[in-house]
Formats: sequence, structure tokens, C-alpha cells
Amino acid sequence: MSAPAAAHPRPAEQQSNWIGWIAAARAWLFLIVLIVGFEVWSQIAFQATFVGNLFNISSIAVFAVAPLLLAIGQTFVIISGGIDLSVGFTMGFAAVIVSHVANLVTPSLGPVLGLLVAVVVTVAASALPGLVNGLLIARLRVPPFIGTLGMYGVVRGVAYLLAGGTTVPVANDALSYIGNGTIIGIPVVVLLTALAMLVLHYLLSQTRFGQYTYAVGGNRAAAVRAGINVRRVTVLLYILSAVCAGIGGILYAGRFSAGAAQAGEPLLLDSIAAVVIGGASLFGGSGTIVGTLIGALIVAVIEYGLVFINVEPFWQFVAVGIVIIISVLVDQSQRKGGRVDE
Amino acid sequence: MNDMAAPLLEARKISKRFGGVHALEDVDFRLYPGEVVALAGDNGAGKSTLTKIISGVFPPDSGEIAFDGSHVVLANPQDARTRGIETIYQDLALADNLDVGANVFLGREPMTRWFGLPVIDRKRMRAEAARTLDMLDIGLDRLDRPVRALSGGQRQCVAIGRALHWQAKVMIMDEPTAALGVPEQRKVLALIQSLKARGVGIVFISHNLHDIFAASDRIVVLRRGINAGERTTAQANPDEIVRMMVG
Repeated sequence: MSAPAAAHPRPAEQQSNWIGWIAAARAWLFLIVLIVGFEVWSQIAFQATFVGNLFNISSIAVFAVAPLLLAIGQTFVIISGGIDLSVGFTMGFAAVIVSHVANLVTPSLGPVLGLLVAVVVTVAASALPGLVNGLLIARLRVPPFIGTLGMYGVVRGVAYLLAGGTTVPVANDALSYIGNGTIIGIPVVVLLTALAMLVLHYLLSQTRFGQYTYAVGGNRAAAVRAGINVRRVTVLLYILSAVCAGIGGILYAGRFSAGAAQAGEPLLLDSIAAVVIGGASLFGGSGTIVGTLIGALIVAVIEYGLVFINVEPFWQFVAVGIVIIISVLVDQSQRKGGRVDE
Repeated sequence: MNDMAAPLLEARKISKRFGGVHALEDVDFRLYPGEVVALAGDNGAGKSTLTKIISGVFPPDSGEIAFDGSHVVLANPQDARTRGIETIYQDLALADNLDVGANVFLGREPMTRWFGLPVIDRKRMRAEAARTLDMLDIGLDRLDRPVRALSGGQRQCVAIGRALHWQAKVMIMDEPTAALGVPEQRKVLALIQSLKARGVGIVFISHNLHDIFAASDRIVVLRRGINAGERTTAQANPDEIVRMMVG
């Protein structure tokens, strides 16, 4: 950036029209580049198509479900300027609980009613760590990073204790159907996640709660002054995040017919990656559900694609970690650009 | 000003202590509709304590406040705002990531329905925000961008426009021209005249004597928590005001 530009800032559109456009569309561009990259690799190495293969598409979609569920809740929290580090183990906690409860009630209530009871109990139980997170952060002013890191440990321990240190097999046909069934060829888990996404997209973009989520992340003091009950919004945000993780746990138990405390362990990184790649700022105030969807697809394509081209699976963590760091760097440079425009 | 009219806001014998410190002692303050009163005084004179009491941030230890002719107890800032007493803060006013309409309506969003689902009526927020800003002759080319893209002065104008939109009768402006360029300062001072013409009473806090003389009708000087004097701006001179401030 040249010195005169800083001294006499031009209107934002003139200064960074195409840079801003690329920044806004960077997630889409990155997704396209990734897919093209894997396609080319696949054609050269295996003389086979990567994206043209329905099995790959379906696998990527199923792969993306759990990180996406964690990520859409995380999106709200990050927009509000917070972060929820406890989502991964809240998911495991929920997977264990839904398995135990389903095993307990299915013999007397049957699979459908039994599943319903198990789901209600699990959603309520997974709201609990969210409630505690929210109260710690909103009432006691604990920094979100620390409060939810503590909760990470607590739910992790409780989940392992409830599971007795092992995985909990579950026998409920309705739950297995949700985890592995398809409707007109589309996996039920994908349909349910799409539904959750639609609901949360509506909540974020069209309701007062969503508007207040942005306001809290943009300027907390202004939100308070505008009469918004910021504490209540904050508590609800962390409950929402925890419940999304809980639903992720239920789908996990359905897919693998077992609940495991470590079900969501690697997904914390994925969920944060999806949110920040999708254009949300870790400083709060921006982000969208559609962006997070793109982000989650990018993470899924990277992870699945690396497996597909026979790279050691541990490289996935490296790749996703690097992508997070780059996304945050891009976001930071955008912010500095914004300051100069003022 | 017009001494025949009833004061819009009257604070009588206000005292406030913080521990052993008398922040205010028996301070009187009046504000008439359409009047701009500059509150002058050195640091620690009690300007901000007085404005915080008027805007409901904390209650006075003794003394009373009358608003629109009746005695009021302001329980909290929200209470004061509901009655029409608004404070325009420079930094705390707006959510930078939201557009002008969303900021004007923050916390009071109008809703409409979309296929039966309740949704925020963004079109209406923008249209009404545009109308209010036009009324005040605040020209903003686009209302659909985050207010981050606006200049400091434009943001100040949006904050003032918001207060007016919600029928503020008293606006307390704390250093409204600080950190603004000269053209922007002029714009804010012009806006104050426009509010005045609409009968809004304005409490104007500033360290800048030039602005005080440019904008106000009356100057009230506080010194170490007491009324140090009061002048009609037209009949005052800066030296005299400075003498009252430093004692």
C-alpha cells in the first residue's frame, strides 16, 4: 500500500474492489481449486475421476456431516466474539448418553418411541455443558477460551466415566436407520444435517437472535446500550453450540451403532477450521452459515481427498491446521485494510 | 433562552459522593426545549457525574430530577432512554459490522412475515433510517454497507439520527467533535442546530471553547462539584469562562 493512499484514503470500493471480491469469494475459489487439484491428480495417478464418482461425493457428504454440525453451532459463537472448545467432547458425551438411554428404554418402548426418548434426554443433557459455559462467560466474565477449555476437560472426563472407559454398543433399529439409511439415495444423516443448517441459517440471518449475535460480536457495549440482553444471548449461544454438538453425537451413535467418548475428539479443529475458512472472523462480528458450509466442504474434501490419493491420514491434521492459520492471516490483513479505509 | 417556557429537564440540588469525595454538591441544572447547554469544567469538575445521573447510570445521593414537568426517578439508562433522554457516545454507539438501518433499529427491530415465518424487516429498517437521515440532511450514499465503511463524523451522525428516530427529547453529547476532522466537526455542529430547530434539548460537553461558543446557547460551568457560574453564550467571553473553570 502506497503512502499517499494511507494519507488520503479513497472510498473502500475503489481501493480494493477486486481484492475485496477475491477475499469475499476466497472460500469458493479454494474449494474449486481443491476439487480441480484432486481431479487432476486422480486422472494422472489412477486414470479415474474424483468428482465424477458418486461414491466419493456421498462419502464426502457423510464425512462432512459431523464437523458441519459442530461448525454451525460454532459459527454463532465465533460471530459473537467467543469460541467453544468443548464441542468435540460434548459430541462424544452425547453419543454415549444416547446409546445408554436407547439401550435402557428400547426394550420397553420399542425402537421409534425409544429413540425419541433417547434423543430428548440427550439433547437436554448436551445443553447442560453449554448452559454452564454460557453462565461462566456471561455472568462470571470468564474468557470464552478458558471457560470452554475447562468444560472440554469436564465433559471429556464425564463422557469416559459414563462410557466406562470403553465404547457403548447400541441396539436400536430406528437409530441405525438414521445413521445409515438413505432416502431416494441420499443418506439420512446428510438430510438431517441439511435441515439443521436451514434452521440455523434462518435463525442467524432472519431473526433478532441472529442480529443480536452479530451485534454482540461487533460491539458488545453498543449491544448492551441498545437494550439487548447480552447475557441472555450469550448463554443461548453456548447452549445452541452444545446442542448442535449433541445432535452430532446422536448421528455418530446411529452411524456406528455405538457411543464413544472420543467420537468428536478430532472434530474441534475441523469445526473451527470450517468456520474461519468460511469467512468468519475470530475477532467476532462476521460469518455466515453458507460460508461455514463451504468451509466444512473444504475440510472434508481435503481430508477425504488426501485419503483418496493415499497420503498418510495424519497429514490431514497438518493440512487443516495450516488452512486455519492461513485463513486467520487473510482475515487479519483484511481488517488492517479496513482500518486504513477509515 | 426562553425563560417563559417550562424547562424540559431540571435537576435540583444534586449531590453525589464517591467514598469521601464530593463529586457533586447541591448542583442545579436546567435545560429548555430547543436549547443547547454547554457543560464546561476542568477534569474532575463533575461534568460526567452530572450527565451520568441525568442519563440514569447511577442515582444521586440527594436532590431530584424533573423531566417534562414531572418528578422522575431514573432507575437505569434504559429507563432514561425510554423517557427520551439519550446519551450519544462516540465509540460505544454503533455496531461496526451492521449496516445503518440495523444500527438505527438495534434492539428494536421491526418484524415481518415471509411465508408465515417471522423475519426481520430489513427493507423497512433501511427505508426508515434513510428518511430520518434525510430529515437531518445527513447524506449517506449507501445504507446497506456496514457502518465500518463510514467516517467518524458520519458514524456520529448515524448515532444522533438513531436517537432522534426514537424520539429523544434530551441528547447528551460527550465531546461530539473530538477526533473528527474540521469538515466533520462543522457537520456535527450543523446537525446540532438542526436538532435544536426540532425542539430537542442538548447537553454539550466539550473541552473545546471554540466549539462551546459556536454551538451553545448557554454555558454552565462546574468546578470541583459545585456550580461555578453560568452565562448566556452571546454575552460571555472565553476568558471569563476559563476564569470560572479554574476558579
